Amino acid sequence: MTSINKKAQQRSVEIISNKKVGAYHHIVFAVGDMATFAKPGNFVAISVGGSNSSMILRRAFAIYRSSDRGQYGGTIELVVAPHGQGSKWLTGLQIHDHVDMVGPLGVSFGIPTEPVNALLVGGGYGSAPLFGLAEVLKERGCRVDMILGASVAGKIYAPLEGKRSVNSLTVTTEDGSTGSKGKVTDVMPELIKKHNSEIVYSCGPMPMLAAVDNLAEQFGLMHQCAVEESMACGIGVCMTCVLPVKDEHGVIKMTRSCIDGPVMDGSRVVWNSNRQIPEGTWGA
Amino acid sequence: MIESSNFDMRVKFGHKQFDSPVFTASGCAGSGKELSQFFSLTELGAVVTKSIALKPRSGRATPRMAETPSGMLNSIGLQGPGIDQFLEDDIPWLVKNQARVIVSISGETVDDYASLARRLRVVPGLSGIEVNISCPNVENRGLVFACDPVASREVIEAVRRNIGGELPIIAKLSPDVTDIVQIAGEVIAAGADGLALINTLLGMVIDIDKQRPKLAGKTGGLSGPAIRPVAVRAIYQVHAAFKNTPILGMGGVTSGKDALEMIFAGASAVSIGTANFGNPTAAMKVKKEIRELLIERGFNSISGAVGVAHNE
Repeated sequence: MTSINKKAQQRSVEIISNKKVGAYHHIVFAVGDMATFAKPGNFVAISVGGSNSSMILRRAFAIYRSSDRGQYGGTIELVVAPHGQGSKWLTGLQIHDHVDMVGPLGVSFGIPTEPVNALLVGGGYGSAPLFGLAEVLKERGCRVDMILGASVAGKIYAPLEGKRSVNSLTVTTEDGSTGSKGKVTDVMPELIKKHNSEIVYSCGPMPMLAAVDNLAEQFGLMHQCAVEESMACGIGVCMTCVLPVKDEHGVIKMTRSCIDGPVMDGSRVVWNSNRQIPEGTWGA
Repeated sequence: MIESSNFDMRVKFGHKQFDSPVFTASGCAGSGKELSQFFSLTELGAVVTKSIALKPRSGRATPRMAETPSGMLNSIGLQGPGIDQFLEDDIPWLVKNQARVIVSISGETVDDYASLARRLRVVPGLSGIEVNISCPNVENRGLVFACDPVASREVIEAVRRNIGGELPIIAKLSPDVTDIVQIAGEVIAAGADGLALINTLLGMVIDIDKQRPKLAGKTGGLSGPAIRPVAVRAIYQVHAAFKNTPILGMGGVTSGKDALEMIFAGASAVSIGTANFGNPTAAMKVKKEIRELLIERGFNSISGAVGVAHNE
């Protein structure tokens, strides 16, 4: 069992930018030294709705980028889809508003020690943490190819500065409104072969991660995925964000995605559980 | 002049004294380690552990959680490692870090509770046993001991017999009963030193898009500020009937004001549950505010404030 991120802290942070980008909001927070410890794949948990809110649970957001130096000191950037009450409240905030943030949380993406050919696969705003990851991989001398998919063009998040850190970017949309028509997994085999990919990183909705894992396994590639389970606390105390994962001995356990994830070894996740407790799960 | 330095925060359950009136509620503080990232566990009255069973439990399928207005519904299903691993991992860590520990136990039969009590009797470093007879997240509602006076009594008697006289027993009761005072009377007669009031209320949320219950377990336990008035009522009724039995009050405590309501209704201490999810430092905030608010109101101790709402 992993422990809570040892660098996690709680603090009131100021919004210094909040811009609408396509279907999403790009929000920048001045977070002090929290930024120093944030790594690609980490997330933050934010309380929403203000002090008299009836929304009592924190919302978890994957970190898009972090920077420990700049005009505002350390900053953390998020890409937020305003689809629920809490995220709508957050995207409606103004510059200089403050929010209560806990972070950085969770397990970050593992970075190879040697330069390798990495394939990054993102769905919707799940692409956000992959750009920070791409930067780190590039610094390590890796080749970085990226596939981003979404239902429609407006839901592809691919900012200009992010594109600079990848060798190639392939976009797919289910309606064909931009890029090639179809799913990320339709183009994945060809790209793996073309770029001689050695490791797959993914982030996005669970069905997409399952399909990506299936292909990674077929090609015999390592697959690190950031899973998406709804959380109530983000700090490992509520036991709601669990999913079935095999431990190092192959025993399936209901495992917290906030503490033992969100980044997990795709081959350990039991993808076909269909939201049941799989047979043989420890304690079932 | 009463100030923070000489305000008496001590509370007592059975023979055990605790230095703070703020505890963490069972199942709401992980293994303790997670919250210790944000404050020292020694600041708590005690960590009340997740309810532990004899065997490992996978818990229920997901979704396990639905946020509701000023509350949440959970159906975790008592996920846990079972008593063996719990005694190997969780307890030594808490003891080593000088946290006071109340172990919450949960069973499917009276014998389960007896066995758990026997195991815990010989464990060094514990400050009490919470007997959870009221978890709503079980397959068979007939297993909710706290809904039945006879079953409640049998469980507490079995624990009392097996735990010996040293560790205080705190019985955790369900508000989902017609007469909570009757159940309280049974468990006190059976040997409970204190009462934990209240567990969650059984609830349901329907997903109107899927046209099905939102939780995989269909029903779940409702917690958070939404249930606080129910908790305050239960504490008030039980304290009125059993003035000498200390109550650990819980159910939506988020601030010092909330805690004061419970203390004035008759709670000797409070537990922080769902509030930990929204704010990892909630327990410390509540502790500080309790002291400030009681000093403002002229009290010099927690014990002097317990049950004052009953005064004529």
